[in-house]
Amino acid sequence: MTECQALKKLHMYPQNCRMRGGARKGSKKSPKLIMKTRSVICFTVTDVYDYFRALLKNDEKSDRAFTLTAEAIELNAANYTVWHYRRVLLQALEKDLREEMRYITAIIEDQPKNYQVWHHRRMVVEWLNDPSEELEFIAEILSQDAKNYHAWQHRQWVLKEYKLWDSELEYVEQLLEEDVRNNSAWNQRHYVISHTTGYSDPSILNREVQYSLKQIKKAPHNESVWNYLKGILQDRGLSSHPGLLEQILELKETHCSPYLLGFLVDIYEDSLENTSGDQVEVLSKALELCELLAQERDTIRREYWSYVGRSLQTKYCSGDPSTTSSAPETDRGSASVSVHQETTCNS
Amino acid sequence: MKHCRKVERSIQEVVSVYKQIHSLPQPTLLRDQHYQYLKKGLRHLSDAYECLDASRPWLCYWILHSLELLEEPVPTAIASDVCKFLAQCQSPTGGFAGGPCQAAHLAPTYAAVNALCIIGTQEAYNIIDREKLLSFLFSVKQPDGSFVMHIGGEVDVRSTYCAASVASLTNIMTPTLFQDTPTWIVSCQNWEGGLGGVPGLEAHGGYTFCGMAALVILGKEHMLDLKSLLRWVASRQMRYEGGFQGRCNKLVDGCYSFWQAGLLPLLHRALFKGGDSTLSLQKWMFEQQALQEYILLCCQNPAGGLLDKPGKSRDFYHTCYCLSGLSVAQHFGNMDLHHELIVGREENRLAPSHPVYNICPEKVAQAIQHFHQLPVPVPAQKEVSSACNTTADHS
Repeated sequence: MTECQALKKLHMYPQNCRMRGGARKGSKKSPKLIMKTRSVICFTVTDVYDYFRALLKNDEKSDRAFTLTAEAIELNAANYTVWHYRRVLLQALEKDLREEMRYITAIIEDQPKNYQVWHHRRMVVEWLNDPSEELEFIAEILSQDAKNYHAWQHRQWVLKEYKLWDSELEYVEQLLEEDVRNNSAWNQRHYVISHTTGYSDPSILNREVQYSLKQIKKAPHNESVWNYLKGILQDRGLSSHPGLLEQILELKETHCSPYLLGFLVDIYEDSLENTSGDQVEVLSKALELCELLAQERDTIRREYWSYVGRSLQTKYCSGDPSTTSSAPETDRGSASVSVHQETTCNS
Repeated sequence: MKHCRKVERSIQEVVSVYKQIHSLPQPTLLRDQHYQYLKKGLRHLSDAYECLDASRPWLCYWILHSLELLEEPVPTAIASDVCKFLAQCQSPTGGFAGGPCQAAHLAPTYAAVNALCIIGTQEAYNIIDREKLLSFLFSVKQPDGSFVMHIGGEVDVRSTYCAASVASLTNIMTPTLFQDTPTWIVSCQNWEGGLGGVPGLEAHGGYTFCGMAALVILGKEHMLDLKSLLRWVASRQMRYEGGFQGRCNKLVDGCYSFWQAGLLPLLHRALFKGGDSTLSLQKWMFEQQALQEYILLCCQNPAGGLLDKPGKSRDFYHTCYCLSGLSVAQHFGNMDLHHELIVGREENRLAPSHPVYNICPEKVAQAIQHFHQLPVPVPAQKEVSSACNTTADHS
């Protein structure tokens, strides 16, 4: 049907309507009755879109248009044009937003990996200025797929926008209890702490370090926790955290992994960058680890670890004693901010 | 073709003949099957594709790019038909939509412009209304430097890549268009070293590629912590499968062969620009052979088309990105250097792809050359002064 024909047909029908029946996908070919209201009859999928385009072109803001958006959405929930128009209609027709929340809840349950449905929910929550159902709803979706990216995005928005931080760390711990390898949960942990206490307080930082080490002992080959440990310590300097190197070296005996070895490289690199005095030993250990990782323990990253070794070697000039004395003294207390100084190297 | 490359390839051929004689299993790219699958898809798609009814320019791009990687020419008539179709997808207010009579959206805009550049004819270039495109980009720009994907739509880092890609290719970049955008992108880099979709989110391959590539286009890649990013992406290659995962502790997926592995050429170039003298002159910082083996052995549908992992069904998205990843893994290039590593027979070789735009480098050069002959459109006064719009829904 052309736009012209669709417009003509619409003109013949009254404005009010009621839903009967539902549209079916894949019904382009055989004309079956897939939607009938008192004012619009759709026999095929094509009809639905033809009518929709006609309504859009006419800028019609009616109940039948609103009903039609639901049909179009059912055929393709990724049709962002239809969703946008539905929002226009929700406002123009002053529709019941609570009912819309029920509608969008059902759609998301059915298609949780779609951008448009989550964005629509966000708009409705904003208009209602009511986040009260959100955390529970998102938790329900995450219980089906604990890593759903859209769900986490919506959750982070709700938490920040409405300042609902109180129970979130507890929720994260519950998720980590269920699956300590859930990287989304580790990210959420970082998100919550960053937006509440922060990591500057030494007691908080220490709590997190201890928590991480505990999780490492439970599951040593879990990359997430190693990344988290590095992530929270790197800005303050890995080599400056008291006793950490010793603890890691101890773990190396019983809970070794490529991640542990990589972490050691990171500690040594930080030490090279931020500590004065003779670093030949440290450099040598770092290079040895890079070699071990490249050749034996993490060979899929051979090119990467070789590069790291070469970089360290070039930067800290192994076997060139004249350079270490030219490095400026940097005083590193555990709470001081590091001052990065480039060592010059005559190679 | 440079002499060294010719020699490399003849050696490759000798080695693969040797392997054939000695009956070692040879992964083979099922060129003909993929070609038939793609050729058919450009004209006709099954009902299963209704879910992509708002992404039709994507289908054009995925298919055309796959064909160009396979070095299969697109017949002139088909190319012209694609142009006419994409013209119907262009919005009267600028930008391209997911289909005729739909609203403009940055993702199909990116796809349409790329598809038209692959076609590369005057007809194709002339489809793009550059003035309106610039208007569209301004209309989705946000005060904080980010872009919404469409009017009344969501924000995430994909939008910055789509905007930067089309603006740079069609020569419509103005001084204010990307104001504050680099800062916003950088704020998406998290404690893991990769980038999330918006600040605070988990590091993810797709979003990381978009953010990094956008910054490369804007010349601001050094604002990122490149070392952390490098560590993060290198860690995303799976030690057993050889392919890449999208996020830490998740499963391998063929499409990340491009989104993740494709970061390494960008990082290599960025580090090189930053004065790094320890970079390899022959290899990317990931295991190229293992990735090729994963794609060839695990991601091919025997009837044509590529896929996520064994057991999944084929689709044009995975076909495009598995082939793109295969190309990245086969071709190392740094300025004048070009070093190939082809797993299996020489026939597995794909065309090289541009690491930023993911269309062939010749098509990028040709498009840039064409559009740089045209003046940058002058934006309307209100566009320049605000360089932003609200996110509120409006009709």
